[in-house]
Amino acid sequence: MSELPWIVWVVLTPLAGALLAFLWPAQGVRVALLAGLGTGVAVLGLSLQLAQLGAQRYAVGAWDPPLGISLYADGLTAVMLLMTLLVFAPTLVYARAYFKQTAHLFWSLGLFLWAALNALFLSGDVFNLYVTLELLGLSAVALTALGGQSQALVAAYRYLLASLLGSLSYLLGVGLLYAEYATLDLQTLGQVIGLDPASAVALALMATGMLLKTALFPLHFWLPPAHASAAAPVSALLSGLVVKGSLYLLLRLWLEFFPETTVPASSLILGLLGAGAVVWGSWQAIRARRLKFLVAYSTVAQLGYPFLAFPLLAAGWDALAALVYFMLSHAAAKAAMFLAAGSVLRAFGQDRLAELHGLLRVLPLSVAAFILAGISLIGLPPSGGFVAKWLLLEAAFATGQWGWALVTLLGTLLAAGYVFRILTRALEDTTLSDRPSPVPRSMELTALLLAVASLLLGLVALPVLGLLEVGR
Amino acid sequence: MSTLVFLLVGVGLVVMSLHALFVHTHLLRQVLAINVLGTGVFMVFIAWGSQSPTPHADPVAQALVITGIVVAVSATALALALALRIKQTTGRATLSEETEE
Repeated sequence: MSELPWIVWVVLTPLAGALLAFLWPAQGVRVALLAGLGTGVAVLGLSLQLAQLGAQRYAVGAWDPPLGISLYADGLTAVMLLMTLLVFAPTLVYARAYFKQTAHLFWSLGLFLWAALNALFLSGDVFNLYVTLELLGLSAVALTALGGQSQALVAAYRYLLASLLGSLSYLLGVGLLYAEYATLDLQTLGQVIGLDPASAVALALMATGMLLKTALFPLHFWLPPAHASAAAPVSALLSGLVVKGSLYLLLRLWLEFFPETTVPASSLILGLLGAGAVVWGSWQAIRARRLKFLVAYSTVAQLGYPFLAFPLLAAGWDALAALVYFMLSHAAAKAAMFLAAGSVLRAFGQDRLAELHGLLRVLPLSVAAFILAGISLIGLPPSGGFVAKWLLLEAAFATGQWGWALVTLLGTLLAAGYVFRILTRALEDTTLSDRPSPVPRSMELTALLLAVASLLLGLVALPVLGLLEVGR
Repeated sequence: MSTLVFLLVGVGLVVMSLHALFVHTHLLRQVLAINVLGTGVFMVFIAWGSQSPTPHADPVAQALVITGIVVAVSATALALALALRIKQTTGRATLSEETEE
């Protein structure tokens, strides 16, 4: 059991499912659900293997680097893979009820996205990371355009340009690193890299590319229209997972390279941009007129928190744990909100906040999902968001950097502001203006499931953080 | 010497295409700009790869560029398909400023 190469199946299963679903569209739903099940087993198998045996390295086809491609998994990888599974499984069930017939491409593109994400988390060299980033970007853009309305198409096009620009900036950095050190392997690079101008330029190019892809303020311009105009299950995947792919890559580079190469100014810049994102994104969410734009701007805001942890990373373990917990809890909470927003859109035919009368009466389970996910976004106990903020505050106080704690508290107030905008609208008892369309029960239940998961993440912090420590 | 020429041309292409990408709103021009940007990056790769101590150019740099070209072709196909569909649905071939509603 523990000798099986789970690490390979984690990538192969969704990839095979994607190809099969593309070739056999009539059975797309079944293929996707089966592939999802298989991927889930592989991810759990790999996580158990990691917990027992420590970090794993696998040379694909027994070709060792530098000729072959090596897959590498440690605790951080496992937590990311589990996060992806946590969001994907309910979203696939939701999508089964959401898409009526035409969207057979969703199944193959969604599985491609999953394979690309898993491969990204498992990649051990900087060029392979570039390839997986592009696979991720291309499948995400195609999914955004799936709806086919002009708004979605334009948003997808802008997203594609931003994504390509980010990847090419990263690729230029990879080239510079290779010219300097003649290796692409992350760990080898981490050992030989030094503080010289060429490495600094290379890392700046790579980091800028990732900031653009992660939509960190002020490079977030492409995110709200893309996430708001995509189909609900796609929005959940984009906001919950895809932006985390480039954030993970930045974190991985930081952990491998930056202790030797960074000047304190670079982490300070990331922290300040994160603070800007928290304030600006929350403010835009408070002002948004449509529900999906509110949720999308909340993503811009919530993506700021992990960056607040970057200036604290040098100080120790707490900041890394906080960063990863922000990613985890946001993934579950935001996916829940976008799925619930999809149910609202289905019931009312539109999502202008001023016109959602009688939301509680029509969609009580979706309102519950909004409340529970909102608790996690605000960061109240016992949610995952609370654990993340607690760890961040501890790291900030331990190093005496009080400024980041103040930003966190301000963000908490602002998040309460936009979450309560949804709740006041949902809980007021007005008469229905139109007859709402029926919403399949499985759509409401899967959103609620994810929201409950985001809340319970706070209670499983110890095992999750224990897994994170593997290989560190 | 020729390395320097390749490097400078590559950097020049990157700068020109970035300018084009931010200035032009026509969809096709933007797709072209992204393509030229990719070509510039590949030129820089080739220039760096030719600096190996052996008498031959570095094969790894060339392998990376070939992979990069494959990615660029797929991305261009997707961008063109999207641009075409935008033209069909909106009747315009430029990016307009849209608001929330």
